[in-house]
Amino acid sequence: MQRTRIVPILYIAPAIILMALFVYYPLVRNIVNGFYEWNPFTLDRSFVSVDHYVRLFKDPVFYTVLKNNLLYAIISVILQVGLGLVIAAILEDKIFRKFSTAFRTTYFLPVLISMTVIGILFSFIYNPEVGLLNSFLKTIGLEEWTRGWLGDPNTSIYSVIAVSQWQSIGYCVMLYVLAVQKIPSDLYEAATIDGAGKIRAFFSITVPQVKEMTFVLLIYTVTGSFLVFSEVYVLTQGGPSNSSQVFSTYLYQKAFIDNEPGYASSIANVILGITLIFYFVQNKFLKTGEE
Amino acid sequence: MKLIESPEASEAKSAAVSKVRYHTVKRKPGLSLTAGIIFIFLLLYFVAIAYPLFWMIVNSFKETQAIFNDSWGLPKEWLFSNYATAWEQGVSDYFLNSLIITAGTCILTVLVSALCAYGLTRTGLKGGKWLLLFVSAGLMFSPQSGLIPLYELIQKMGIFDTYWALILTFTAYRLPLTVLLIRSFFLSIPRELEESAYLDGASSLQVFSRVYLPMSKPILFTGVILTAYYSWNEFLFSILFIQTEDVKPITSGLLVFKDALNTNWGVLMAGLVISALPLIVVFLLMQKHFIRGLAEGSVKG
Repeated sequence: MQRTRIVPILYIAPAIILMALFVYYPLVRNIVNGFYEWNPFTLDRSFVSVDHYVRLFKDPVFYTVLKNNLLYAIISVILQVGLGLVIAAILEDKIFRKFSTAFRTTYFLPVLISMTVIGILFSFIYNPEVGLLNSFLKTIGLEEWTRGWLGDPNTSIYSVIAVSQWQSIGYCVMLYVLAVQKIPSDLYEAATIDGAGKIRAFFSITVPQVKEMTFVLLIYTVTGSFLVFSEVYVLTQGGPSNSSQVFSTYLYQKAFIDNEPGYASSIANVILGITLIFYFVQNKFLKTGEE
Repeated sequence: MKLIESPEASEAKSAAVSKVRYHTVKRKPGLSLTAGIIFIFLLLYFVAIAYPLFWMIVNSFKETQAIFNDSWGLPKEWLFSNYATAWEQGVSDYFLNSLIITAGTCILTVLVSALCAYGLTRTGLKGGKWLLLFVSAGLMFSPQSGLIPLYELIQKMGIFDTYWALILTFTAYRLPLTVLLIRSFFLSIPRELEESAYLDGASSLQVFSRVYLPMSKPILFTGVILTAYYSWNEFLFSILFIQTEDVKPITSGLLVFKDALNTNWGVLMAGLVISALPLIVVFLLMQKHFIRGLAEGSVKG
C-alpha cells in the first residue's frame, strides 16, 4: 500500500516543482515586492506601503500606457475578431472556394514568423527616407501623408498596432474557418429557401453558430493586447517620449533600464490584476454558456 | 395579433414574393459585381501580406546600395553570398541555440506534462482535484507579472546566461496548457487496457510508457508543435535571461545582428529569411496537425 501513496506523487512532482518555482513563487514574491522600495545594487529594502501605487496613479505615463493598451485592444477586436470572421465567412463561401486555401495559407504566414523578424522588416517599411510605405504614398500622389511613422509621437502607437494586425488577423481567420466549416450546411440551405440573402445568413447563422470561437478569440485578443511586448520593444521601445509605451514595455523600462524595481513591481501587479479580471469574466461567461 | 388576410393583402404578398423571386433572378449580374469587389478586397489583403515577405526575400539578394536606390525592383545581380555571410556572421550560432532551446523545451514540456497528466488521471492520487487546479490555474498568469523576481531567481540559481534559463522557464509556462491537453486525451483511453497490463504484472511506470504513451502519439505531437511554435518565437525571456552572445537564441540574437550590421541591409534580410524559414517549412509540411494543434490550444487556453 505504501507504493500507491508515494508513486503518484512522483509522477506529478516535476510539474508541480517547476510551476511552483518559476510561476507561483515569482508571482507571490512580486505582489509583496510592490510594497517595498529597494535598489538592485545595494540590497537595502524598506517598506513603503502603497506609495508605488499612489505614484503610479499620478504618473502621466501610466495613462498613456492605459490609453495605448486600450487602443490596442479595441483595434485588435475590430480587425482580428470582427474582420477576421467576415474574411473567414467569405473564404468559406462557394464562390471563393477555389482560392480559399491559397488566401488562407498566405494570410496565416505572418503568424509563424517571430516578431523580431517582422519588426525589423517593418522598420524598413516605415523608414522615413527609403521605406516602402512613404515611397508607395508618393507614387500614388499622397506625398503630404508621408512621415516618419515610428518617430512621430502622433503615429507611433498606430504604426505599431498596424504591425500587430498585419501579423495576427490571419490567426483569427484560420480558427474561424475551422469553426465555420463545422456549421451544418443545411442551415444555409434552409435560409436560402426562405429567401435570405448572404448578409442575412451571415448575421443570423454564421455569427451565432461560431459564438464560442468568438468568445475564445475575444479573450485571447484582449488579453494579448494588454500583454503586448515584443512589437513595441522591437519597433519603438516605447518612444518617442513614451508615446507608444504599453504596460509591458513600461514595466521593462522601469525594472531593467531605470533600475526602479519596486515601482516596476507595482506595474507588474496592475498587469496581474487586469489579466485576472479577464479570466474571471471568461469563466463566468463560459459557465453561463454551458447552461 | 395576426389579422385575417384580405384578398388584396394576399395579392400584395404574392406580388412581393414574385418580386423577390424576380429580384433574385435578376440579381445574378449584381451579385457577381459584389463578388468581384470582395475578390479585389481579398486580393489586396493578399498583396499586403505577401508583398512585404516577397520584398524581404528579393532584397536579401541585393547589395545595400541597390536596396537604397531601387528597393522595389528585382536584383540586377543575385547575391547568394548574402546568405553565406549572414550565416557565418552569427546567424548560425543563434540558429543552433534556438534549435537546442526549442528541442530541450519540447522534450521536457511533453515528458513532464505526460507524467503529470498520468499521475492526475490514472494513479488514484489523493487531492488530485486540487493539484489539477494548481496546474491549470497557471494559464491565468502572464510571465510579466512575476518577471522581476523570476529574473532574480534565475541569477540566484546560477542558470543565468545558460540554455536552462530559457528551457526551464518556457517549460514552466507551457505546462498548464500541455497537461490539460494530454489529460483530456488520457481520460479517453479505456481503463480495460491498463487493467490487463496490470494483470500481466506490469508496474505503473510500464503501463505509462508501454500503454499510455504509444496510444497518445497524436496529442503528444500536438504538444510538441505548440511548444515548438512558442519557444522558437518567444521574446521576453529571451532578451532578459541571456546576455551572452554565444548562448542567444535567434529572436534576441537578430537584434544584435541588426545593430552589428547597421550598414549591410542585404545580409540582414538574408538573416531574417533564414530565421523565419524553419517554422514556415514545418507549417507547410504538416498544416493540418499544426492548425488542429492551434485550435485545441486556443480552446483550452
